[in-house]
Amino acid sequence: MIVGERKPLQEILKAVEKYEKVLVLGCGECVTVCMAGGDKEARETALAISLARKKAGKAVEVESHTVERQCEFEFLESTRKGVEAADVIVSLACGVGVQTMNMHYQDKLTLPGINTTFMGLPVQQGVWMENCLGCGNCVLEETMGICPIARCSKSMLNGPCGGSQYGKCEISKDVDCGWNLIYERLEKFGKLDALAEIKPPKDWSTTHSGGPRKMVREDVKL
Amino acid sequence: MIAGSNLEKVLKSGAFVVTGELGPPKSAEGEKVEHHAEMMREYVDAYNLTDNQTAIVRTSSIACGAMLVHMGLDPIIQITCRDRNRIAIQSDVLGAVALGIKNILCLQGDHAKFGNEPQAKNVNDIDSMQLIRMLKNMRDEQVFAGGEKLEAPINILIGAVENPFADPFEYRAYRLAKKVEAGIDFLQTQAIFDMERFERWMEKVRELGIHKKVPILAGVIPMKSLGAARYMKNNVSGMIVPDEVLERMKGAANKKEEGIQICVETIEHLKNVEGVAGVHIMAVAWEEIVPEIVTRAGLLPRPKF
Repeated sequence: MIVGERKPLQEILKAVEKYEKVLVLGCGECVTVCMAGGDKEARETALAISLARKKAGKAVEVESHTVERQCEFEFLESTRKGVEAADVIVSLACGVGVQTMNMHYQDKLTLPGINTTFMGLPVQQGVWMENCLGCGNCVLEETMGICPIARCSKSMLNGPCGGSQYGKCEISKDVDCGWNLIYERLEKFGKLDALAEIKPPKDWSTTHSGGPRKMVREDVKL
Repeated sequence: MIAGSNLEKVLKSGAFVVTGELGPPKSAEGEKVEHHAEMMREYVDAYNLTDNQTAIVRTSSIACGAMLVHMGLDPIIQITCRDRNRIAIQSDVLGAVALGIKNILCLQGDHAKFGNEPQAKNVNDIDSMQLIRMLKNMRDEQVFAGGEKLEAPINILIGAVENPFADPFEYRAYRLAKKVEAGIDFLQTQAIFDMERFERWMEKVRELGIHKKVPILAGVIPMKSLGAARYMKNNVSGMIVPDEVLERMKGAANKKEEGIQICVETIEHLKNVEGVAGVHIMAVAWEEIVPEIVTRAGLLPRPKF
């Protein structure tokens, strides 16, 4: 899923300080699951903006609403009334949702209410971990299902580097060495021989390095 | 001869090699580099010039290397994968060779987090293994990474590093074998304080026959103080400084002398380890001590060609 974290309230307050009618818009997908921008967080954020403004003597009308999926145009129609009534929208969706809103409602400004952090998974309650960079050329079959691009701090293909000690990465004792994990899994499956191959440089053009990406599929186009 | 550098000549001669590390300054004061290089002139065969080590901005290793060439000395240019993509690295290699540099050491590079520009992008377009292969292909096949031909051949000696103190320990000798396969001509190791672990690593290296394929220069660092020893133990990634070494420093009345003595003893020991072709002395920020260490370790005179 896409993991996000709500922006500090002060930052949101500053962004909306010139507006009198604010719509806080949650999203029912990833950010609901990671507890950053679902219906609950949309309501809480709306309430917090309202209280802070009341305290500051600058009253504001704040509504909250949540759409099922902010990253598709068709789901955005359900909030049209709220959008038209508002001066500004604070989206609690990921960066994709914020931009979909701005594309769909071009006469209104939608601001980001969360920071989109990464693609990953909850490894335990309250702990999320990045594990995919969306590089466009998956190598997981070569590395026993552990991504060297996302889980090695240096995205090495011929790791681990000399900074790997006690299973941890040199950048922090809280970060597992991705290549150590790969090594252990190769060992478990009796496939350590795979490490002997000198993996050639990666084609980074399938990542954002190749420019903004777009996928066209003629077979499903209307 | 591949590149005809002094390092290559000493390696070929079979003499026990001595290389020294020289850290470029955080300024454009070339005279500092010259001063330190001059200090070690009769004591080392070649000089490693670090490439923004620990991700701290310093004068470029190639610029300093060119200064050493002018002094009639033999630089080993370090190149990391952290700061440049394959275009910049290949361009810099051509430039370095044009300036008379003959030895290039390939490293991954410490993460930018450790340096004075922690917000910088870590490039890592290619990794250290791929860097070795890229240089080998430029030299032996006259092709760039992208497949295009060089207009003329280049002659360079390609080196790499390996860290016996990193994990998984069992894989480290094999990873060195992979670097040999990728195309190195010599190897330098991380600094050795844990001799027992180094010996175990060398056993595996010999078992794989790697020491017969490439000369291995064992890394040493003289400790200037107890604080320096503690810092290396706790703050330098990929190092192991055993408690016995710390205790020895702690108990010594003259810390500097003890640091030198430990270093000299380590070198004396390394001379008798089968497969160790020389030492690499990393006395960064204590360059002036190199002559004393080399003298006391009985490594003089250095071979002349």
